Amino acid sequence: MPFTADLVCRDLTKEFKGFRAVDHVSFDVPQGSFFSILGPSGCGKTTLLRMIAGFQFPTSGDLLIKGKSMIDVGPNKRPVSMVFQHLALFPMMDIGKNIGFGLRQRGVPAAEIKQRVGRVLERVGLPGIENRQVSQLSGGQKQRVAIARCMVLEPDVLLLDEPLGALDLKLREHMKIELKALQAEFNTTFVYITHDQSEALVMSDNIAVMNKGKFDQIGTAKELYYEPANAFVAGFVGDANRFEGKVTAINDRLVTIVTDGGITRQAQAAAELPIVGQRALAFVRPEAIQLSKTAYDSATHPNASAQIVDSVLFNGANSVVLLRDPQSGETLHAGLPQTGDFLGLGKGETIHTNWHATQARCFVAEGH
Amino acid sequence: MKLGLIATSALIAALSTTAVSAETLRLLTWGGYAPEDVIAIFEKETGHTVEVTTSNNEEMIAKLRATNGGGFDLAQPSQDRITSAQEEFGIYKPIDMSRVDAAQFIPSMLAATATNTTFEGEVFGLPHVWGTSGLIVNTAKAAQVTDYVDLCDDSVAGNVSYRLKRPTLIGFAFSMGLDPFAAYSDVDAYQGVLDQVEAKLTECKPNVKTYWDGGDEIQNLLRSGEVVAAMAWDTGGWQLNADNPDITFVAPKAGALGWIDTFVLPSRGRADDAAYDWINFVMRPEIASMITNTAGNFTAAVGGDAEVSADLKARYQGSFDQAAIDNIKWYPPVPAGLETLEGATLDRINAAK
Amino acid sequence: MVTDRSKLGFYLLISPLLLWLVTLIILPHIGLFAVSMSEKVGVREYETGFGNYAVFFNEPLYWRTFARTALMSISTTVLTLLLGFPIAYYIAKLTRGRTKTTLFLMCLIPFWVSELVRTFGWMILLRETGILSNFLQYIGILAEPVEFLYNDAAIMVGLVYTSILFMIVPLVTTLDSLDDSLIEAGYDLGGSGFSILREIVIPHAMPGIVSGCIVVFMLSLGNYLTPILLGGKDSLWFTGLIYTQFITRFNWELGSAFGFLLLGLSSAVVFLGLKLSRQSLSNTMGR
Repeated sequence: MPFTADLVCRDLTKEFKGFRAVDHVSFDVPQGSFFSILGPSGCGKTTLLRMIAGFQFPTSGDLLIKGKSMIDVGPNKRPVSMVFQHLALFPMMDIGKNIGFGLRQRGVPAAEIKQRVGRVLERVGLPGIENRQVSQLSGGQKQRVAIARCMVLEPDVLLLDEPLGALDLKLREHMKIELKALQAEFNTTFVYITHDQSEALVMSDNIAVMNKGKFDQIGTAKELYYEPANAFVAGFVGDANRFEGKVTAINDRLVTIVTDGGITRQAQAAAELPIVGQRALAFVRPEAIQLSKTAYDSATHPNASAQIVDSVLFNGANSVVLLRDPQSGETLHAGLPQTGDFLGLGKGETIHTNWHATQARCFVAEGH
Repeated sequence: MKLGLIATSALIAALSTTAVSAETLRLLTWGGYAPEDVIAIFEKETGHTVEVTTSNNEEMIAKLRATNGGGFDLAQPSQDRITSAQEEFGIYKPIDMSRVDAAQFIPSMLAATATNTTFEGEVFGLPHVWGTSGLIVNTAKAAQVTDYVDLCDDSVAGNVSYRLKRPTLIGFAFSMGLDPFAAYSDVDAYQGVLDQVEAKLTECKPNVKTYWDGGDEIQNLLRSGEVVAAMAWDTGGWQLNADNPDITFVAPKAGALGWIDTFVLPSRGRADDAAYDWINFVMRPEIASMITNTAGNFTAAVGGDAEVSADLKARYQGSFDQAAIDNIKWYPPVPAGLETLEGATLDRINAAK
Repeated sequence: MVTDRSKLGFYLLISPLLLWLVTLIILPHIGLFAVSMSEKVGVREYETGFGNYAVFFNEPLYWRTFARTALMSISTTVLTLLLGFPIAYYIAKLTRGRTKTTLFLMCLIPFWVSELVRTFGWMILLRETGILSNFLQYIGILAEPVEFLYNDAAIMVGLVYTSILFMIVPLVTTLDSLDDSLIEAGYDLGGSGFSILREIVIPHAMPGIVSGCIVVFMLSLGNYLTPILLGGKDSLWFTGLIYTQFITRFNWELGSAFGFLLLGLSSAVVFLGLKLSRQSLSNTMGR
């Protein structure tokens, strides 16, 4: 059986007056997977989603769902459903009517609608709330009703437009897990757009990082985190310290750069190998930075340095210490393990840092 | 010091006497009866000031009724509408003939008006402007219209207009060979007349383009040619004749309907001095001529036609030969209560399809 | 102490409203009602009773005139809604920024001149020697002049024109508050344009529709100039009857009774309309 993806985009492009919102985007989403499009606001992800839903027409390119082109199909005829940013539940209808709306449009008999609405409400864990009004539900319940309203139609693809944005932090954390569980429950293809990397990383099977209308990288959460394809992905996905400077030496894939503040750093070249004299960027994750009260041997530890503590941001297991290089003034933040050694660390103290060059990523700086 | 005090008091005294004798005359009248230039001369001569409100018979009575005869110092309703309104609402006060320069009035008109406006032995009205209602005909298109009922002729179907008011009922009644004025005293007989007129006007309704309401409206309809024959006031016909010689006022065979607009004093008027001053002023021959030239109608002033323009006189003579003048049907006073019957008749004609 | 003070503040705040209600609304109505209850039996002789009200029901002319006025006002309301809704939808949903303001202002422009001038404008257009008749002759549709004025259709045109703004404003306001994503969600779930209009847009706009309809109905019912001027010889209108009773018949008693009947009957029609559309007055007017 040949493999067909539920959703395929081929060179999808959307141009507004003199501005390309979506620029030759291609990707496949296999059946039953959770696909996220992650990008900062204004990157074109909403336009892309609206093209998939059918609210906007691509300037060029093709869009296939279950192997069929959707270019000439109206939004009300596509086998996709969308959960809107503010959910767009119909306040003029009760919950049962809301969920039954799509079935009514298809001419499904009333008795069957009732039955299917009841079943889908059970599956989202809200049985028997058909007669309640939208305003009587909590934020999380509305979320589940919005998903139920789409899922009752058994769409091939469910689109989600930052649906967690309006929720408070605690609920958002909870809904991340729940959404993933619902996706597994329905085994439907989810396409989820967000600017919040933690949502994407937690829930997705695959993530596309979108920037300026283009996909910079598509991969699993781990791949994006550990193997970023370019500087933008490295900076945008996860937390990272960033250095910029001039390449002074290259040894195999090990690049030595001198930052503008005059500090020497070593990092592994990620993709394109820079040449000596070129400007380059280096990224290192806070948790990759080792802390020590005693100095490292700089001969064997090329990234070792002494830093002064600026402040300690206590956040339980995610505590961070902000450091400043006494010579260059460059700042650095590092994960602060809550294990005895550094419990008493205070502002103004000196501490030694180091990381392995293989855990730092080097990219050629754009425009140089 | 003393001298100064005396001088000041004298000045104050002088000022206050002029203030007492100079009044504001609130005049409730018809358009054209109080032209700007006439007011200017009057104000200069007497020191009074004049505030003019233009209106029509029904609104004059309604306004005075609403204030129980207050708000105005002199009004000018038609002579046939005075006694009934006085009987019902008591909104006028009698005329003090000693303060009127009776020699300025044409004696026969003064006497006739006095007779028609006498209520409980007292005279309430003095004649001012008189005129007639009859037909305005576009002779090039509808020369065959010579009487009120001719407006219902097929040859002018859809190009006819008249008012839906009591003069129309009266005119048609005469034209149908009835005598509505003779039936005034007998309510049943009058209802009989009204019923016949109602039938005629209902039958005539498809002929009518629209019922006109204001003088400008009917002139406009006639001037544009949309209406070729109408029942209307004589002055309107003469004004149109000045622009288009084909259109003129025609005294109907059954007789034009003659009306006289009067001077009456509202019962709670405050400026009687100014009111009498105005009456004696506008009845002067030269002032009367000025009013005739703007209003288009002649006045009851002796010699009031002396300085009237020759054109107007010629048009008047063209419309009225001596027989037509003799045939004018002058409105007698309307007995109280008849207007209710007429109103019901007019409502039914208006509602008829 | 504090409550006394706040009570004083409350009464001070409410006093202009009370003053307005009592002197301009309640007192005149009491006076009018007293007049309507006095039956004229002779010259300057009156009796108290419901005779004037009985006249309305006993004389077919009067209640037929009311029925005609009410029916034409309802037709005007429906027509205004049908015309105003697409305009309001266009302004609220399909335009933005300056275009929106411009369109809204264009709806307002006719209201910068008096109703009389507006009505005369229609007379110039529709009369036999008017612009429309001449134009249709010029392009060869008509062989000879046709009178478009002085019929019920002309009255309706004038009334719709006069009142359409009062339909558009509440509709634009309610449609503006309809989240675009609700319409998109409707399409996304497979709805057709018609079903979205019926199930989402209209239910949302219902308070605006009803308040617009009430205002337009009342304006049409209470209009005096437009029916008289544009209707010509068939211009029977209930307000015209009231005017005639007051001014030309000197029959204030019947006029007052008609005034109260107009108030009562029009309220009944509005109440019926609210019941039929399952809206409440507070829901529609309270926004």
